[in-house]
Amino acid sequence: MDHLTELTNDLLARIAALSDSATLEQVRLEALGKKGQITALLKDLQNLPGDQRREAGARINLAKQQVSDALDHKRDEIEAAALAQKLAADRIDVTAPAFGHLRGSLHPVTRTLERIEQIFVQAGFSVEQGPEIEDDFHNFEALNIPSDHPARAMHDTFYIDPSHVLRTHTSPVQIRTMENKQPPIRCICPGRVYRCDSDVTHTPMFHQVEGLVVDRGVSMANLRACVSEFLQAFFEGDYPVRFRPSYFPFTEPSAEIDMQCTQCKGAGCRICKHTGWLEVGGCGMVHPRVFEMSGIDAEIYTGFAFGMGVERLAMLRYGVNDLRLFFDNDMQFLRQFR
Amino acid sequence: MKFSEAWLRSLIDPPVDTHTLASQLTMLGLEVDSVEPAGPALPHVVIAHIDSVIPHPNADTLRVCQVNVGATALQIVCGAPNARPGLLVPCALEGAELPGGMRIGRAKIRGVESNGMLCAADELGLTAPVEFDGLWELPADAPVGESFASWLDLNDQLIEVDLTPNRADCLSLLGLARELALINNLDMNPLAVTPVAPVITDQFAVQVTAQEGCPRYLSRVVRGVDLTKATPQWMTERLRRSGIRSIDPAVDVTNYVMLELGQPMHAFDLGKIRKGIEVRYARTGESMVLLDGKKVDLQAGTLLIADAERPLAIAGIMGGEDSSVGEHTQDILLESAYFSPAALAGKARYYGMHTEASHRFERGVDSALQERAIERATALLLSISGGQAGPVSRVESPLHFPPRPEIKLRRARAELVLGQDCPANQIEEILRGLGCEIKLDGIDEWLVKAPTWRFDIALEVDLIEEIARVRGYDQIIARPMVMDSHLGQSVESIIPMRKLAHHLIARGFREVISYSFVSPELAVLTGSQEELIPVVNPIAAELGVMRPSVLAGLLSTAAHNFARQEDYLRIFETGLSFRKMDGRYQQKMSLALLMAGRAAPESWNDNRAEVDFYQASNELAALAQVSGISLEFSPLENDPLLHPGQAATILSGGIPVGRIGMLHPGQLRQLELPASVALLEIYSEALVGAAVATFTGVSRFPSVRRDIALLVDRDCPVADLSAIIKQTASHLLAEVRVFDIYQGHGIDSNKKSVALGLTFRDKSRTLIEEEVNEQVRLFLDELMRQKGAQQR
Repeated sequence: MDHLTELTNDLLARIAALSDSATLEQVRLEALGKKGQITALLKDLQNLPGDQRREAGARINLAKQQVSDALDHKRDEIEAAALAQKLAADRIDVTAPAFGHLRGSLHPVTRTLERIEQIFVQAGFSVEQGPEIEDDFHNFEALNIPSDHPARAMHDTFYIDPSHVLRTHTSPVQIRTMENKQPPIRCICPGRVYRCDSDVTHTPMFHQVEGLVVDRGVSMANLRACVSEFLQAFFEGDYPVRFRPSYFPFTEPSAEIDMQCTQCKGAGCRICKHTGWLEVGGCGMVHPRVFEMSGIDAEIYTGFAFGMGVERLAMLRYGVNDLRLFFDNDMQFLRQFR
Repeated sequence: MKFSEAWLRSLIDPPVDTHTLASQLTMLGLEVDSVEPAGPALPHVVIAHIDSVIPHPNADTLRVCQVNVGATALQIVCGAPNARPGLLVPCALEGAELPGGMRIGRAKIRGVESNGMLCAADELGLTAPVEFDGLWELPADAPVGESFASWLDLNDQLIEVDLTPNRADCLSLLGLARELALINNLDMNPLAVTPVAPVITDQFAVQVTAQEGCPRYLSRVVRGVDLTKATPQWMTERLRRSGIRSIDPAVDVTNYVMLELGQPMHAFDLGKIRKGIEVRYARTGESMVLLDGKKVDLQAGTLLIADAERPLAIAGIMGGEDSSVGEHTQDILLESAYFSPAALAGKARYYGMHTEASHRFERGVDSALQERAIERATALLLSISGGQAGPVSRVESPLHFPPRPEIKLRRARAELVLGQDCPANQIEEILRGLGCEIKLDGIDEWLVKAPTWRFDIALEVDLIEEIARVRGYDQIIARPMVMDSHLGQSVESIIPMRKLAHHLIARGFREVISYSFVSPELAVLTGSQEELIPVVNPIAAELGVMRPSVLAGLLSTAAHNFARQEDYLRIFETGLSFRKMDGRYQQKMSLALLMAGRAAPESWNDNRAEVDFYQASNELAALAQVSGISLEFSPLENDPLLHPGQAATILSGGIPVGRIGMLHPGQLRQLELPASVALLEIYSEALVGAAVATFTGVSRFPSVRRDIALLVDRDCPVADLSAIIKQTASHLLAEVRVFDIYQGHGIDSNKKSVALGLTFRDKSRTLIEEEVNEQVRLFLDELMRQKGAQQR
């Protein structure tokens, strides 16, 4: 039986000394494998007389357990060491910058339009679209601007042929909407418009958003509330709004919409030309002749309409100081928006 | 319209400062564009009399003047060609600082002492009423020694109002004063116009055949005028401050009356007119030379003032050269007429002559003003140039005076439109203040006649606007709308363009917005010549054609950015493309996308790859997944924009909806673009329609995968192989995946190897080996039969 103790001690010593999983497996096979030394001792038990077998069996099993535990312990040790080594080896610089395609950006005009649409859609307005090559009737006649009317000089019009123009405003979309729907109507019409004008403050193409509400009992007081609430929502601030008498052939009464300067809060600065006010759009009560031409009874219904320049709103909102930047599409510019 | 504040205040002088006055005008709807000083302060600039002039001893171009500036006499060296004894001129004394920054002191000029400077208008920062050859020659009554600025009354402001086309009544000092009187509750200083009693009996025959175009034509003969007399300085100054140059007394007076009262007038040289005047429409083939020397062919239907032989003037627009007044004119025929806006509409634009007169007539001149204007003008003219006036002769057809309908006004309607209380007495007060004639027509209802000077009041709502305007728009208090509340719709089968845009942004694309008009070159390249839509009056030739493809703007945007050192570009745009189809304008919403340069932004992990076709087709596949649609490609070889071997037409259900491909290498240089540019364009309608998802179950049974490798012709489309398999397969085939395409070593040069992974699955059972083998065998047979595909 000294043999067993010797064998056990020998195996435990070898296990303690080894440091790789291949040797570990080799020792395991030598000790506990099918042909292992301890396995062989267990097999030899049957050759012992019955009274010795029990005691010897207990001793051998104890040894087997000792070796097996040592092997398990060693395996855990080796694996832990291997993992530690792998972790050390796998160390990377987590501060290296991102790569590949990152997020792009919406054009600031589109972003502005999205916000405008969102504000009005929440209040039950629909969003209407129309053609940009527009016929003379919808761009002018139906809006109470007959040919040779001096008001046509207010629009520097691009012509496509004698009866078609590039729409000078999105108002024709309002006409098309009234032709196709009966009141109550609540819609906004965003889109590209064109004027034959190009300098520091004018581009031959720009964007407008117009709004139209037609129903029984709609008043200029409602118009004022609608425009003021919109500007408050858009600029996220309580800027005073004033209406100033003006003239548009398609509205009566008509007003210019002035908002307190967002830059100087009315004190007067370069942006507002030292008036304290910013002109942000035009509005008015829909002219009875416009209703008549669109097939709506002006005695039963009243309505209001308003229009604003989208670039103007975007410039004020985001502090863009040059209108032309919107159409240069320089990446340096576009990258500054989301 | 620009005018002197002092002139306006001579008619109405509200107790408010200039700033408040301007803001009152603006809030009346007469927007003040600018307020600026009439001139600089000019201390130490006085009026001097030139006593004598002798040549400078040391300089040919200079002269030595002895001048009198009141108490003292000075010697001043002067280079102006018009310096001569007896002249009155502005003189800057020692200590003066001129607007240009020049300081005046004692100096020696070429050895001669000079104690000041005689000034031209521009040296004083001013414009003289007439142009002089050097020094500003002041009128003979200018007081020697007095401060030049106070003599010229430069303590004045120039106010410019930007009037809307409906307010022609305010194109005069009288009109502006009327508005200010109303808002300040003051009476205007009455403009004393007393009729000039005729001292001669001469009348000139006038016949008006175009009565509806000229309902009133007043004329008056004035004989024996001297137009070489100088127009008084107060008048030339008022004209100058309105931007009008002094010409001669006759022209100055007519311009003055136009500014003062709003009536454009004309003065003919009576000696140059033959027989009677006829107001008629132009006949075909007539032509004339206008005051500005331009010869025009008259459009038939143009309203003319003619004599027996020829046209004398285009009515209400411009007079003719033949009959114009000049310094030798002795006898004048003054005209003060009412031409109807309808007769003049569009005419000035047709002749390209926008004049002060046409601007007023086409918007509407007070039809009751002519008598007053001709009396005012006669009186002013006689006081300047002398002469003898005949009686005013009148040709009128009252039938054609502008109608003054009785407009029904209901207080209830005003309150409805404005959303405010409008007391009846306030309504009456405002309308009377505006010059309306009103009479009661029931309880809180009136019949209203607008004054003759208002052409913009025809409907009840026009009166309502006037009430709101005079009360002040600030009286309209905001009141939110009360509306029916309906839930909105949520249409799942339409993908909003916005969603596609946001999808692209998440994949690294930047949205651009470019002009809808492009250069003819880009238009031809991106569209087809016969479908192009040119703009008749483009702002510039390079913006002359409506874009036939949204790609056009992306190409120029790309060039712009590559020229600015960008090396990685992923951009897109949505918008209309414009094509002429069967005589109609097709305007289709499109989405276009451009990728150029590096495949990915430069980074430490860069593989330095450039953009290729498959990156673009991946983007299209991803877009298609937003709406769950399937698109097919068919090779596109003849598009001049695209690489013939790397381009495809995009088909949706067999119908072309767009194109995709690499930019044709032959176009790179002209477009100023770097090597790799991938383009994609698709009609939005192909992307926005989506099928609402329908659940078809989830299989709990394992799938079986078989891989096959095929040898096919190099040009055989991989898409065809997949399509053949799908057509041949039973319902057991769940997916076909192309996992390898190989050309090169080990394969015949006109062949390629394609490896396909086939996944089979059934929803209700585990598949049997044999049935999968049977499917694969069917595929291989069909691929062999249709494409000659051999299994490797």
